[in-house]
Amino acid sequence: MNQSKAIKPPSKLKYTLIFLVLAVLYVISYIGIKADFSELWTGLPNIGNMLSQLWPPDFAYFKSILKPMFETVKMAVLGTTIGALLSIPFTLLAARNVFLNRWVTGITRLILNFIRTIPDLLLASVFVAIAGLGPVAGIAALIFFSFGIITKMTYESVETIDPGPLESMTAVGANKLQFIGFAVVPQALPAFIAYVLYTFEVCVRASAILGLVGAGGIGMGLKTNLDLFNYTHVTSIILFTLIIVVIIDSVSAAIREKLL
Amino acid sequence: MIQFNQVKKVYPNGTVGLDNINLTIHPGEFVIIVGLSGAGKSTLLRAMNRLHEISEGEILIDGKSITKAKGADLRRIRRDIGMIFQNFNLVKRVSVLRNVLSGRVGYHGTFRTLFGLWPKRDIELAHDALRRVNIPDKAYVRADQLSGGQQQRVSIARALAQEAKIILADEPVASLDPLTTVQVMDDLKRINQELGITTIVNLHFLDLARKYGTRIIGLRAGKVVFDGPVEEATDEVFAEIYGRKIQKDELLGNVEA
Repeated sequence: MNQSKAIKPPSKLKYTLIFLVLAVLYVISYIGIKADFSELWTGLPNIGNMLSQLWPPDFAYFKSILKPMFETVKMAVLGTTIGALLSIPFTLLAARNVFLNRWVTGITRLILNFIRTIPDLLLASVFVAIAGLGPVAGIAALIFFSFGIITKMTYESVETIDPGPLESMTAVGANKLQFIGFAVVPQALPAFIAYVLYTFEVCVRASAILGLVGAGGIGMGLKTNLDLFNYTHVTSIILFTLIIVVIIDSVSAAIREKLL
Repeated sequence: MIQFNQVKKVYPNGTVGLDNINLTIHPGEFVIIVGLSGAGKSTLLRAMNRLHEISEGEILIDGKSITKAKGADLRRIRRDIGMIFQNFNLVKRVSVLRNVLSGRVGYHGTFRTLFGLWPKRDIELAHDALRRVNIPDKAYVRADQLSGGQQQRVSIARALAQEAKIILADEPVASLDPLTTVQVMDDLKRINQELGITTIVNLHFLDLARKYGTRIIGLRAGKVVFDGPVEEATDEVFAEIYGRKIQKDELLGNVEA
């Protein structure tokens, strides 16, 4: 290197350009979709109207939504568990420090990207068409949904594990499965469990929505009541869902904190 | 016996890592490889168990070519070569015993090892190995609970449990303090003498090299510039290997020769 020149700080041009490009993108998007915030403003009085109908919640209704609520949680449990089990081989196949062959990781990632591109509501609609109305369609949708999230997050953390034990397992003459079992699994397990719990939280919230397309759970009750303008019942459902989600979130956050 | 036949290693960016290496290391030798950082010490060591690929030539381990070996044959050759790393390379979240037993995976089937169904002899072997490095009471402790020196002893125990015929140690004491350095080197020396395991160690402390080695190999820019018994490795020889006079930080100090 030429050491006689004074050392200059690196140019900031790159960041300025990135900022400008982003700004242009925002403006183009705003104009492109003909967004008009004044529509929101003129609609404002409707909010008050809506809110007054939503209040007060019908507490007596809590009892009759107990069953669909539990159905929602059960759907999330099943969907997340099966999705998590399916994700294990794909996680390993996608991690570049486990499989050095770029074809293996590349093709696996392509499949994963494809699955993650499909929105959960679309998945649910497809499965309702296949399996009919009810929780089976919802569970099937959640399997794909949780599979996509868990695999993506876990393989990224598998790629950040300490390479030392990987090297020493190669050196002792371990085969691929022993290499995975002795060096990868113990290091990646805490992150995997944490992501499964996080995905379970997301799935509870998602499965509350899936009912809108007829895929079982509390969402079906939500849709019926919305259609019948039973807004006090709607409020009860929202409140109940909130309570369940908060409980699950805090329990799983506590477990995850212990793990990582 | 380890044989290097005209071994050459060129990195993709054109840097020459090893330049026409011809070496024979006999069973039971305690070889110490010295040289500046970047001289190719680590590359040479890692070529022996093929953690690094070479570009030309051939390396034979007990007459078998590790350079040409594939799949199960390669794993079989590696099973006989224990390796000790600067950063210990233990799985920190599991017990010391499981780390030591991981040296045994080459001897048993996948299912058996993955589910921890070790034969009784293997478990005894692992405990024996820990006894040999003076930490028998640590078997059921998690590896990350141990000090650096103790972790390095676990990795020596792993190589012992592996029943390795050769031990490669890549800067085994570079992350240790002077006192534990001497303990770990003593362990390696004792194992070499008692069990006759061929031991090859990369070091950058020259006084340690003199105290423990029976044979010194000096590397400079990927070439062997000195190869001889420890008695011949004078200060002048080291100055030649390093291309300059020996500096204070290349001596650990307080090592009774």
